[in-house]
Amino acid sequence: MARVEFQDESAVVIIGSGAGGGTLAHELTRRGIKVVVLEAGKRQSTKTFSQVPGEAFLQLTWLDARTQSGDWGVAKSSPTLPVWHCKTVGGTTVHWTAATPRFEPWELRARSTYGNILGTSLIDWPISYQDLLTYYELAERRLGVTRRNGVPALPASNNFKVMYAGAKKLGYKQVHTGHMAINSRAQDGRGICIQQGFCVQGCKMGAKWSTLYTEIPRAEATGNLDLRIECMATQIEHGTSGLVNAVVYRDTQGREQRQKARIVCVAGNGIETPRLLLLSDSSKFPQGLANSAGQVGRNYCHQIIGFVWGIFDKPVYSWRGATLAGVVEDEVRNDPSRGFVGGYRMELCTLDLPTLPLVGLPYGWGREFASLVENYRNMAGMLINGEDMPRAQNRITLNRDVKDAFGLPVANVHVEEHPNDQAMRKHAQTQMSRVYEAVGAKRVALGPTPPATHNTCSARMSANPRDGVTNTWGQTHDIKNLFISDGSAMTTAGAANPTLTIVALALRQAEYISQEMKAQKI
Amino acid sequence: MNQLITLNRRELLKTTTGLVTGWVVAGSSLALIAPGRAWAVDLVALTSFDGAMLMSMARTIAPHDKLDDAAYALVIKVVDGDAAKDANTLKMIKEGVAILGTGFAAGSENARVEVLKKIESSAFFQTMRVKTLQVLYSSPIAYAYFEYEGEAFSKGGYLFRGFNDLRWLPEVPAEDSGPLPAGA
Repeated sequence: MARVEFQDESAVVIIGSGAGGGTLAHELTRRGIKVVVLEAGKRQSTKTFSQVPGEAFLQLTWLDARTQSGDWGVAKSSPTLPVWHCKTVGGTTVHWTAATPRFEPWELRARSTYGNILGTSLIDWPISYQDLLTYYELAERRLGVTRRNGVPALPASNNFKVMYAGAKKLGYKQVHTGHMAINSRAQDGRGICIQQGFCVQGCKMGAKWSTLYTEIPRAEATGNLDLRIECMATQIEHGTSGLVNAVVYRDTQGREQRQKARIVCVAGNGIETPRLLLLSDSSKFPQGLANSAGQVGRNYCHQIIGFVWGIFDKPVYSWRGATLAGVVEDEVRNDPSRGFVGGYRMELCTLDLPTLPLVGLPYGWGREFASLVENYRNMAGMLINGEDMPRAQNRITLNRDVKDAFGLPVANVHVEEHPNDQAMRKHAQTQMSRVYEAVGAKRVALGPTPPATHNTCSARMSANPRDGVTNTWGQTHDIKNLFISDGSAMTTAGAANPTLTIVALALRQAEYISQEMKAQKI
Repeated sequence: MNQLITLNRRELLKTTTGLVTGWVVAGSSLALIAPGRAWAVDLVALTSFDGAMLMSMARTIAPHDKLDDAAYALVIKVVDGDAAKDANTLKMIKEGVAILGTGFAAGSENARVEVLKKIESSAFFQTMRVKTLQVLYSSPIAYAYFEYEGEAFSKGGYLFRGFNDLRWLPEVPAEDSGPLPAGA
């Protein structure tokens, strides 16, 4: 592994090692570029993943304080943990459930497709589907996605059989075991899915793609990566020219360090990425970095997510098998006659027993509540995954009243739901209830909004610098050697789970950065 | 199960302020996994009276009639541990128990629900609710009771152990499913 000196001004510094940061690190290092990755979390492995749900949660989750405000469901259901992502090498690709659908072409043209929706800050992506498609295809090969490139699909589980039968009875056509970054056969030096049902706790087979055991070790093998774990970036510094030139961070012992940089790429997930830009304010950039248009932290999206449970009089054993391997895609269309714009997926889902009552079930206690858990064995589950509307007021800000371990303001996540969000959720809950009722559910339970996992758009790419933070390459409009390399740079949320798009954008960004470096433009 | 200690009076008298005890019910899910017939959870901050009150409260929050008291006792053990570590938590629990009133544990379920409804917005109730849900459904006793099989890596996953054994609905056609790996 490379050791980059603190004073070395030639390296690219990437903050975060997840889907965006980990992929970018591999892509740059294999092109011969020296990279320092600062990762706030520890390094686990398929051997060290805990298989006790509560322990695994503590092992992988970003638990540093956040606050939240607004009227979103999380304000009630999970006020102290508004978002749920990872703090570990590999980032959220360690706990993700590996669904890898693409955006639809019309979703990228969100503003043009949906029209002028009052109370939103919708814009079109500055990138065409044709352009993105090249990188989707590369990403799908990289991740070994099922039902693409001849990779077989995953087999149907019990939980999927229920969803499938119900969806078909309702007349849905596009119902299958999903495009998944989970090995249906051994490939890429990784094992085959043995249907553990413990995707979220870290896949001990390595069957689920994660940068932890793919991109990161491959980047290390090039000899060009200096991975620094338990190193928390606290500020990005710039010179008099306005170009960024160093990243200040706290190391494993909590000591302050300063790494010089030629280029800085921020990939800390949709909350920490804007927080770091805001924390990096200076006399030259009093609003924070890349924030001349006041867009950093705004337009935060987290998708419409919610559980729907069907209870049957026969066993399902929903926990057996790949957690998310099943989808109904018919509702991914823009049909305003449904009462909302944009689309949603119905995705297979379940939760382990300890997590179900805390995250999956509607708030409650007593007989009514306990009777749901009592039926755990006979319960089938699905998840709504739909597009939420970007709004200027839905934003990540610094909460100066609450400080982290280093005395820095924590992120506040503010969300006011748009009527479109509420209409979509209601439609999805109704349709998904009907799916279960069509195959004899004796009861349906609608879960609360769980802590947000798909944190995106908080430093979005835009054609016009007034509307966003970066250009089509994730390069900030204001500072040409500062890049956003995670889901924060997505323009809208779409109805697709975000990881495939994050990887595709990182692959595309890596090409651009290396070309621009070669041409001495950055 | 190592949180449920074998009853040993001399050891307990040395260190504890209270005790929650019980017997393993023959034929229960606990009997399948319990090491002995008697169990005890020692309390270090709370009294036996507090323990009994909180047990009753946990059972009212998450009533599963046939689930052993031992599963609920583990909740009390964790609450006691939190109270031992933090004076404010201890104070909150003590005051909460006082509000429940001495007749709480002996009252009918309806009466207990009425009492809890009145304090539902309190930090005491919300803490007890979350702790009950967190601990109750995490124990091996609960796993056995709800037939939850938990982690499967150590047993080769569910690939050969029923991940697709549901027979009360039609099989998914090949084009919408995927091939089973050899041997499955």
